Order: sequence, then structure tokens, then C-alpha cells
Amino acid sequence: MPAGAKSNLSATHTASSRGLDGSPFVKWTLIFIGLAFALLFLLLPLVDVFYEALAGGVHFYFKSLAHPDSLSAIRLTLIIAAIAVPLNLVFGLAAAWAIAKFDFRGKSILITLIDLPFAVSPVVSGLIFILLFGLQGYFGAWLDVHDIKIIFAVPGMVIATTFVTFPFVARELIPVMQATGSEQEQAALTLGASGWQTFWHVTLPSVKWGLLYGLILCNARAMGEYGAVYVVSARITGETETMSLRVANLYEDPNGAAAAFALASVLALLALATLAIKTFVEWKTERNYALAQQATAGLNGLNEH
Amino acid sequence: MSIELKNVSKKFGEVTAVNNVSFSVKEGELMALLGPSGGGKTTVLRMIAGLEMPTEGDLFIRGQRVNDISVQQRNIGFVFQNYALFKNMNVFKNIAFGLKIKKWKRADIKTRVEELLELLGLAGFEKRYPHQLSGGQRQRVAIARALAPRPSVLLLDEPFGAVDAKIRQELREWLVHLHHDLNVTTLFVTHDQEEAMEVSDRIVIFSRGNLEQIGAPREIYEQPVNEFVARFIGVMNVLELEVFNGVGRAQELEFPAPGVPDGRPMRIGFRPYAVQISSDLAQFPYRAVLRRTYFLGIMLRLELELPSGLTLRSRITKEEYAQLGLADGKQVSFQIRNHRVLSDEQAPLTPEIQPVSEVPPTIAEHI
Repeated sequence: MPAGAKSNLSATHTASSRGLDGSPFVKWTLIFIGLAFALLFLLLPLVDVFYEALAGGVHFYFKSLAHPDSLSAIRLTLIIAAIAVPLNLVFGLAAAWAIAKFDFRGKSILITLIDLPFAVSPVVSGLIFILLFGLQGYFGAWLDVHDIKIIFAVPGMVIATTFVTFPFVARELIPVMQATGSEQEQAALTLGASGWQTFWHVTLPSVKWGLLYGLILCNARAMGEYGAVYVVSARITGETETMSLRVANLYEDPNGAAAAFALASVLALLALATLAIKTFVEWKTERNYALAQQATAGLNGLNEH
Repeated sequence: MSIELKNVSKKFGEVTAVNNVSFSVKEGELMALLGPSGGGKTTVLRMIAGLEMPTEGDLFIRGQRVNDISVQQRNIGFVFQNYALFKNMNVFKNIAFGLKIKKWKRADIKTRVEELLELLGLAGFEKRYPHQLSGGQRQRVAIARALAPRPSVLLLDEPFGAVDAKIRQELREWLVHLHHDLNVTTLFVTHDQEEAMEVSDRIVIFSRGNLEQIGAPREIYEQPVNEFVARFIGVMNVLELEVFNGVGRAQELEFPAPGVPDGRPMRIGFRPYAVQISSDLAQFPYRAVLRRTYFLGIMLRLELELPSGLTLRSRITKEEYAQLGLADGKQVSFQIRNHRVLSDEQAPLTPEIQPVSEVPPTIAEHI
């Protein structure tokens, strides 16, 4: 859980700075290295994207964004995210619920499977779907007969994106749901609430920040995905080209660099907005977590059962 | 009968958590399910609530068989060990939850919640969230929430387990008063015998899934059916006797054992209060040295060492102690006024004489 990892990191940091009080040299060297890397590898490229995008002037910037093929790429990116993210919301909730609240055979296999998209290279993920749905693939002939186009069409891109972004929601929710336990839900049941009422009034509110955090990450990845989508899309300009694909496509064009950066800046802006929301949600989650800790602290100490 | 269990068993896989248990709770009764951790008492409570299904046997609430009735329909109030308050809702909403689910009118909900806030001393806290409450307040909210829909029975799982000792005492008295005021049938689980003795009308004692004894606190204390119960409720001296010619002996101590064949092992037990002491060495048949004195409020526990090395525990009041002019290291004479023969099938669960330091002073000590 990134929220937890972050607080751990800061905890270790303060501990070691206390331990190394006598050595300002080490402290400043570490700070310098950290800052220098962040500036060089993170901030500089970001600034450069905007610099290059606006190099041709504001007019050219908006003109290149307004190009029909660019607009089509933006629209397609939004459509794919709008399908993949809700799908993973449902899958993620179901998987996390099953893992956190029930014991069943094959639970550990399910947990491992959820991580699979992280472990596999996106390009390989794309190839898997070509292997399944491509003309020479297992379902290819059947799909061809029924005139259903998946590969080199939008459905294939949605499937590939859903696959690649699958872990985000589930991964975020599992620890949150495990920490909450199922007593609150049982309490709701004893008070007469149905399963759906329990989910809606008790489960969902208690995981909402974790869920939102997962959705933000999922969305960011869905919009930025390149490898898997590259393989299954055939990159038909104006038809199966997402923003990421179009940025690469434009950049390969000798005269397209400025337009590529313009589109890239939109993706970068999206990333910045995501970061801002993510930071807010993280702050919220951590605060809620701290409050929950306070609430249970002192309760568990005397608990002999 | 408010709650009735008939031959109820519960197995989790191969493990038998509850083994063929039958008992009933009368309408308006305050009853404790007492036993060591893992004894199956919480499972019994959860089965009554409908959170677990019995593997065998029948459950009745107010005469109705509820085996096939869902948790939601059983109309029970359940207070969880850690309260399980809805942390995203404030006190008012927590208490109102069950009423909202049952589609009460808004005005009725408000009246009922306010009534409970008043009754449980929570007035003014309705806007607070669970994390802003103390342990005792949280527990009262949990009880208010369970009571709000007017359940036919109130079930509490280790209600005092999660608060510190001082508040625990207050809560106990408070629960007795509450029960007295509301008169709702209440069944609670505890592993603390003092708690069970002090609070409840009757106690059901569980051990390893079996019902050992059921009865009023005093009855259980004075007439334990077996060694487990005897040791679990209060402190007991336990001796292994060798029988010869109708007399059982443990070192220099002798107990009548009429009709017991020679050589058969025999176990007896007696409470510390049954060991009567005198500083007049000629008054009682046995002699001992007072090794140590433990202060338990108004009572004192004495550790006596017999010439053979055998150690017994006795108990007297401070006044008696002063009257007898006792002090550690002093010679005394004593007798054992009464004892119980313990059944042999109950294997010893604890050392012969429990180390005194491990035994907390109990309410049973003061009876």
C-alpha cells in the first residue's frame, strides 16, 4: 500500500537523522543526491515537455491539439479509460472482498494472479491477446466468422488496458478491507441490514479513500498505457490511436516533434492533476488511518481473546 | 423460556467447538457464559445470534425454532467484543442504524435514540465519532445500538474485556443496573469468573466445548460438580490421597474414605476458608508454620507449610489475624473443616497447588 509505504519511509528517515546527528556532512550529501536526482530525472523532463510544446507559440500549440487526429486520439483515450476503469472497479472490489472477507481454496493463487499484470511486460500482455483473439489465435476463426473485430480495433485496446490496470484497485483495497475486518458488517447484519445495505452503508464508506486512490492510479495508467495498446491497436491514425500512441507517431515524423510535445503536455498535465488528487487522497487516508489507530489503541491491549 | 439450546453441537472441520450443549435462559434473566479462552462460549453466543450455524441440535428464541431464520430476522441485539461501531457514522447514526433499516419514521427514530442516549448517559455525545470516545463510552454506544430496535434478547461478547480494570468495575455495576431497568434477557460471554460471579443471576460454565455446570454463582462456588469447575471458580487446595483401611492420607493429613478400596487413588479439594487456624498449638490436630501472608483487601491469604513440606492455603479476615497474633514464621495448629471428593476423570489441569502469585484475588475469595 503506497500510503503505508510512504509513512514508513518518513519514519525511517527521522529515525536515521536522529541517529546521525553528529554528521551534517552525511545528511547534506543525502539531501543533495536526492534533490539532484529528482530535479534531473523528474522535474527537468517535465519542464522540457512544456517548453518544447510551447516552443512554436501558443497559437501553434492549440492548433496542433485541435488537429482532428489529435482530438480523435484524446477521445479514444478517454473512452478506453471510461470503460477499463469501471470494469476494474467492479473486478477489484469483488476480488478484494473475496480475499479479505472469506477463506477459500486457491486464495493465494488468486492473490498471485492479481499481480500478474505487474509482473508481465505490457508488450507481452498485448501479444497474449493477439494470440487469443488474433486471426491466427484460438478464438480468431470464430470471431472472424461472426464478424467481431477485437484485435486491431477498440475492443482489443479496452481489453489490453483492463488487463494491464487490473491490479491497482484490488491491490489498494485488500489491505484496507483486511484491516477493517468483518465485525462492522456482522454488526449491521444483526441490526437487520441486508447484504446490499451492509455493503452500501458500512463496507463502502469504510474503504472509500482506498478505493478512490486505487481508481486514480488505475485511471492514470489506463490513459498512459503504451506497450500493450501498441501491440493490439495497429495504430491506425484517427481510428485506433490513443494519445500515447499518437505522441510516439508524431515524434517519428520529421516535422511533428512540436505537435508531439503539445499532445505530450496534455498527458503530463493529466499526470500532474492525478498527483495532486493522489496527494490529497493519501493525506485523507493517512488521517483516517491514524484516527482508526487511535480508536483501536488501548482497546486491544487488554484484549485476551 | 427466552433462549433455549437443545443438544447443540458445532464443528469447524474436524474440530468440535461446541459439543452437545443444552441449556435455557429465562425471560429477563442475566446469564453468563463462563470458561477459559477457546472453550466454545463465543461460538454458542454467535449461534444464538445466527452468525454461526449449528452443526447439530435446535435453537429456540421465545419458543420459536430459529435454526433456519436468518440473523436479520432473529431480532437479537449483539454487542461485539471490540464493539464494531460504524466508524464512519457518529453516535446518533450508529444508534439509529437498526431503526433506519427497519424503516422507522424519522421522528420515532429521533425519540428512540434520544431516549437511549439519556438512559446510557451519552446525552451530548450524539455528534461524536467513535474515535472521539473513550472505551467505556464506545461500549455504551454499542449497547445502545443493539438495544435500539428493542431486541428480544441482548447478547454480549466479552463486554468488559476491552476496557481497563477501573472502568471495568464501573461498567459491571452499570450493566446490572441497566439490566434491572430494562429487564431484557441478557446473555454475556466472559472468561473472568469474578465478573460472572458478580454480575449474573446464573452462570453456564464451559470447557473445551462442553457444558460443565449451570447454576447460580453461589451454588457453583459451593457445589462445583467437578474439579475443573472447582478450580476455575475461586482457589482450591487439591490433594492426592493414598487410601488404606478406609482412610485417605496425604503426608500427615488424614481424611475418611469409607468404602474406598485400598490402593485406589483419590483426589480431594477444599477451599482456603475451610482451613481453620489457631495460635493455640493444642487446639487443632495438625501443625504448620505460617510461611507468607498475602493481603487481599479485607481478607488475608496465608500460606502454611506443614512439617512434611506440604503447602496449603488458608484465608482469614484481618480481625482474626490480629486476634490470633499471627506473623510470618509463627507456629500454628489447624484443621480442615470440610472437603470435597473430586472426580478422577478430570485430569489435573493445573499444578497440585497453584502458585499463589498466579491466582488473582477473586470475589469468590470474599464470599
